[in-house]
Amino acid sequence: MTDAPLIRLSGITKTFGKGTAAFQALKGVDLDIMRGDFMAVMGPSGSGKSTTMNILGCLDIPTSGTFTFRDVPVQSLNRDQRSLLRRQYLGFVFQGFNLLARTSALENVELPLLYRGESKAARREAAMAALDKVGLAPWATHTPAELSGGQQQRVAIARAIVTNPDVLLADEPTGNLDTERSVEIMELLTDLNRNSGITILLVTHEPEMAAFAHTVVHFRDGLVERIERNHRPGQPVDGVAPPDVVVEGKD
Amino acid sequence: MFGTTLLLAFREIRRHLLRSFLTTLGIIIGVAAVITMVTLGNGVSKSVEDQISSLGTNVLMVFPTRGDRSGTPRQFKSSDIEAIRTQIAGVKTVAGQVSQSVTAIHNGQNWATTVNGANDTFLVARNMELSSGRIFSDTEQEAGKSVCIIGSKVQSNIFQADTSPLGQRMRLDTVSCTVIGVLKERGQGGGGQDQDNMVVMPLKTVQRRFTGSPDIQTIVVAYDGQYDSTSIQNQLVKLLRDRRHLSDAAENDFNIIDTAQITAAVTGSLSVITAFLAAVAAISLIVGGVGIMNIMLVSVTERTREIGIRLAIGALAREVRMQFLTEAVVLCCLGGMVGMVLALGLSLAITSAAKVPFAFDPMINIVAFGFSALIGVVFGYFPAQRAAALDPIEALRHE
Repeated sequence: MTDAPLIRLSGITKTFGKGTAAFQALKGVDLDIMRGDFMAVMGPSGSGKSTTMNILGCLDIPTSGTFTFRDVPVQSLNRDQRSLLRRQYLGFVFQGFNLLARTSALENVELPLLYRGESKAARREAAMAALDKVGLAPWATHTPAELSGGQQQRVAIARAIVTNPDVLLADEPTGNLDTERSVEIMELLTDLNRNSGITILLVTHEPEMAAFAHTVVHFRDGLVERIERNHRPGQPVDGVAPPDVVVEGKD
Repeated sequence: MFGTTLLLAFREIRRHLLRSFLTTLGIIIGVAAVITMVTLGNGVSKSVEDQISSLGTNVLMVFPTRGDRSGTPRQFKSSDIEAIRTQIAGVKTVAGQVSQSVTAIHNGQNWATTVNGANDTFLVARNMELSSGRIFSDTEQEAGKSVCIIGSKVQSNIFQADTSPLGQRMRLDTVSCTVIGVLKERGQGGGGQDQDNMVVMPLKTVQRRFTGSPDIQTIVVAYDGQYDSTSIQNQLVKLLRDRRHLSDAAENDFNIIDTAQITAAVTGSLSVITAFLAAVAAISLIVGGVGIMNIMLVSVTERTREIGIRLAIGALAREVRMQFLTEAVVLCCLGGMVGMVLALGLSLAITSAAKVPFAFDPMINIVAFGFSALIGVVFGYFPAQRAAALDPIEALRHE
C-alpha cells in the first residue's frame, strides 16, 4: 500500500438537467479511498450516494471537480477511455445480479474476458478459478434460472473478480437476499478484500452489512456527512455504532 | 475480437432459436424466390435455345408468303434451289422441302404424322441424324422411290418395340413405302413442330404421290458460319425477287427466317422476363430486411439491461454496435444459406416437373447470398447504433 490514495474525489459536483429544472445531486464531494480499503457508502435516497458510485464506477463524469483514479484524471476521459478503464481495473456487482439469462454461469463469468480478447483456454481457466473462489465450481454449467439468489450473486461476484480488478463496486449486493445469504456474500467480499487485495466499495442500506466494512461513508444532501472507521469489521453492530468505531466529523 | 463477436452472435441466435428462425423467414423466402426464379428462367431459356438450335445453326428457312397478292402463296420452283446453290457465296447446302399431313398405317396401327419430302441435303442442313438404317441413295432420290425414314415417335407408335422397322413396309394414307432409316430422337422443335413425329421421303416421291405438283414449299439454306447472315439474306432476297419477277415497288412474297435471330430474340425476351421476376422476388428480400430491423429493434429494447451490463464491464460502444450488427448479418447469412438450399430443392422439383433443364447458376447464388448479407448490414445498422448509444447507467436501471 502506498500513501497516495487509489481514488481521490475532490470538489465533485454533479448537476442533472438544465436551467430552472436543474438538480444538483452532488454539491462538492471530497473523498480519498486507499488501496485495499473496504468502504461502505450509506445514506438515504437522494443523498447522492448512487451518483457518487456512478462516478466512481467511471459510468458517469462529474459536472465539476476532479476524480483521480490510479493517477488518471477520469473526469477528462471520453466514453471509450472510461470503458477501457472499467474493463481493466473495475468490477461491478449489482443488486439485481444482472446475469445474462439462458447463459451458463461459466459463460457469464467469461464475459469480461471476451472483451479483453483473451483466448478461449485462458478464459475458461480464469472463469473456472473465479467460480471456484466463490464456491460455485460445480455449478459452472448451470444457467441463472437454475441457481438460487445467493448463488446468482456469487456468479456475479465471480464475473466481477475474474479480471483481477483493483476495485469492486457493489451496489446493494445483498438487497435481494435473506440475512443468511447476505452474511455469506459479505463474508465472501471480506475474504476477497483481505486475501486478494481488492478494494471494495459497497453501497448498502443495512447497517449490519456496512459493519463488514473498514470505513463507512455517510452521505446526506449531496455531501459527505461523516466517515466512520470500523476497527473490528465483520461484527454486526445492531444499528448502533460499537465502542470501537471512531467517528470523524465531516461537514 | 471478430471471432468473439461472431461467437456472441451465434450464442444469441441459439438462445432465441425460434425467434431467429421466424425473423429470417423473410430472407429465406426472398433468397429462395430470387434464385429459383433465375434458375427456372435460365432453364427455360436453355430449353428454348436447344429447341431452336436443333433446327440447325447457320440455317435460313425461306417460306412463300402472299406478298401484295391475294390468294394462296406462290411456291418455289426446283430451279430456285439450283440458283441459290450456284449464285450465292457461302451457301453450303440448299434443300427444298414439301410437307403434308398424313396418317401412317402399319399392322392395323394408325398414327397421325407429317410427311416431309426432302433430299438428303435437308437432313444435313437441319442436323438430323439417323439412329439406325441409312439415308436415301441417289437413285432413290432421282427416281422418286417409295422409301422412307421415320421419326422415333412414328416408330414407337406403329411398330412393335422388339422388332426393327427397317425393311418393313408401311402405308402413308394410300401410298405404301419401305422403311430404310430411323431418325434420332431430338425432342420438341421450334414453332410447335414435333421433330420426332415425321416421316421423310425423297422430295420427288412426295411431289409426285402426295402434293401432285413440282413446287417447293420451303427452302432450307445452310450457310458457312464464316459468312455474315445478313449479307446472305440480302443476296437471297435480291435473287428470289428477281426470279419471282417482283417489281421494285412490290413487297416480298416470301419470308426468310434465321434460326440464330429467333434464338437471340426469344432468349432476349426470356431474360427480360427472368430479370423482372427476380426483381419482384428481390422485393421480398427487402421486406425480409425490414423484418430483421424490426426484430433487432425489439431485441435491443428487450436486452437493454444486458447492453448495460456489457457496457459496465467495459465493452466499447463500437463493440456493442459490432455485436448487434454481426447478429443481424449472421441472421441474414444463415437465412441466405437456408434460402439457397431451399431454392436448390425447389428448382430441382419444378424443373423436373416441368421437364425444363436444370440450369444451376452459381453467380445468382453468390449474388443473392451477398445481397442478403448486405441487407443484414443495412437494416442491422440502425438497431446496432441505437444499442451502442445507450447510456450504461440508464440501461442498467431499465426494467
